[in-house]
Amino acid sequence: MTSGSTTGSLSPQDYRKREESITISSEPVGETHELLTLNIGPHHPATHGVLRLITTLEGEIVRDVQPIIGYVHTGIEKTAEDKAYWKVIPVVERMDYLGYYFNSMAFCGAVETLLALEVPPRAQYLRVIHLELNRIMSHLVWLGTSALDLGAISMFWYCFREREKILDLFEMSSGQRMHTRYFQVGGVMEDIPRGFEPKLRAFIKDMPTRADQYADLLEKNEIVLQRLRGTCPLDQETLLKLSVTGPLLRAAGHPWDLRKAAPYSSYDHFSFRIPVGTVGDNYDRYRVRHAEIYESVKIIEQALDGLPEGPHITDDRKVALPPRHELATSMEALIHHFKLVTEGFRVPPGEVYYPIEGPRGELGCFVRSDGSAKPARVHMRDPSFVNLQAAAPMVKDSYIADLIATLAMMDPVLGGIDR
Amino acid sequence: MPDATGLELTAQELRDADAESILGTVFHRGQATLLVNPSSVHGVLERLQSKGYSFLASLHGCDYYPEEPRLGVLYELLDMDSVDRITVKARVHTDAPRLASVVDMFPGADFPEREVFDMFGVVFDGHPDMRRILMPEDYEGHPQRRDFPIGGEPVLFTYNEERSYGKWQ
Repeated sequence: MTSGSTTGSLSPQDYRKREESITISSEPVGETHELLTLNIGPHHPATHGVLRLITTLEGEIVRDVQPIIGYVHTGIEKTAEDKAYWKVIPVVERMDYLGYYFNSMAFCGAVETLLALEVPPRAQYLRVIHLELNRIMSHLVWLGTSALDLGAISMFWYCFREREKILDLFEMSSGQRMHTRYFQVGGVMEDIPRGFEPKLRAFIKDMPTRADQYADLLEKNEIVLQRLRGTCPLDQETLLKLSVTGPLLRAAGHPWDLRKAAPYSSYDHFSFRIPVGTVGDNYDRYRVRHAEIYESVKIIEQALDGLPEGPHITDDRKVALPPRHELATSMEALIHHFKLVTEGFRVPPGEVYYPIEGPRGELGCFVRSDGSAKPARVHMRDPSFVNLQAAAPMVKDSYIADLIATLAMMDPVLGGIDR
Repeated sequence: MPDATGLELTAQELRDADAESILGTVFHRGQATLLVNPSSVHGVLERLQSKGYSFLASLHGCDYYPEEPRLGVLYELLDMDSVDRITVKARVHTDAPRLASVVDMFPGADFPEREVFDMFGVVFDGHPDMRRILMPEDYEGHPQRRDFPIGGEPVLFTYNEERSYGKWQ
């Protein structure tokens, strides 16, 4: 594609001209080869969502790839500006639709920082339990669909079997399987119900064995190994320059994890390790995420063992709803309830950037408050969006089959990219 | 995070290098922000990069309507060794919203700068491919500006498709 004008207001004629300038026909390269521009997507099962790639091929070798995004842009950041703070939570959850707890954690964390609000320890531990369950769930979807891209269809069913159990747990604690809106500003919506703990314990006992089985299925498979080992590596320095974070950066050997580096929500209470790779090829990317499943299980186990007693949400009535029973007896509780449900709470003016470690990397929420009950600006630094820039340097001069494998190992979520 | 004193020291250091560069500092809720003269963004980021803030964690825009200058571009810088963050903020007017691109220093700023251009209309000089990224290429207006109405996008049916984006004479 040709580079565009810098004015922004492109006339329809200019647009048509530019569209015609895209070469779909082949261009000769030397005497024997020719370059071919091939469009992949936006509707293609191997692009993990509505991602469009314009690839320039020389035979089977990818010489250039240009991602075109925006097909599922729904203006969530704009919508958020029109909603009271606590009504923003369900809309931001729908950005990265595999990491909804992370989205709401980043947003709630930012608002809590603006309010200088203390979150009770029990709520912090419950958040950690759900965040890590969500991380496992996200990695399971990634593993299942990635294996599908490599031709291993059975992995998909195994991964989704375990994912169902996690969704069942989400349903128990919040009533919803996806987009749960469990995290509130100041804590979590409700305490975990009776029966949640034994079910969760059974799951974390089961999960490492299941992850071992995935490894047995994949890591002794010659086809998987050949498709992953040594394909499309990218070194640390390039990744850091491209602002890449998360498992992709860790696969290249950089042990950067915000849960360790800048702990939030009591992550410093738990002992866990950060899996890192060595060369940063697709195999390392697979291994890092696979190993993270075990570490998440460890964190959940410790959080469940050490779950403190106490309230599950802050007792600041200006921010959190009063408990139901108080409404029948206390006029003040009724007034607080009315104020919160109608106007919502006001947040003192200020700006804050709250980064957390999402399943795909640094998920940062920027919130600007102008003192009213609605945020003046909400921005999500979504890791998928930033990491997608590394696609071209990764796949340059490799086979088009490796492009599919690399895209799978990058784990982009288009809901997060386009927002 | 640098503390309030650390932020002032950093600001002074940057002022020593270029007296005009720093317009002010904000330390709010433990987060340090440098308000930077829009013409010296590139230089300030270069100096901060050499000071160790070598990772551009995020780049995003913000509309401060009705305050002037209206548009703000925020650079969230990160020092991975000392786990230190600093925000650099530049404010520009809507009549000529131009800033120097930092893609040459931080190649990861490519998509975020295009997003800020798309959503707020801030043009980054020196960006290799300054086009819209999320909205359609022939879209008019910059939807994240505060004076841009929410909704108002017509739902496409057969009767109105001739008036929609992407339909030409």
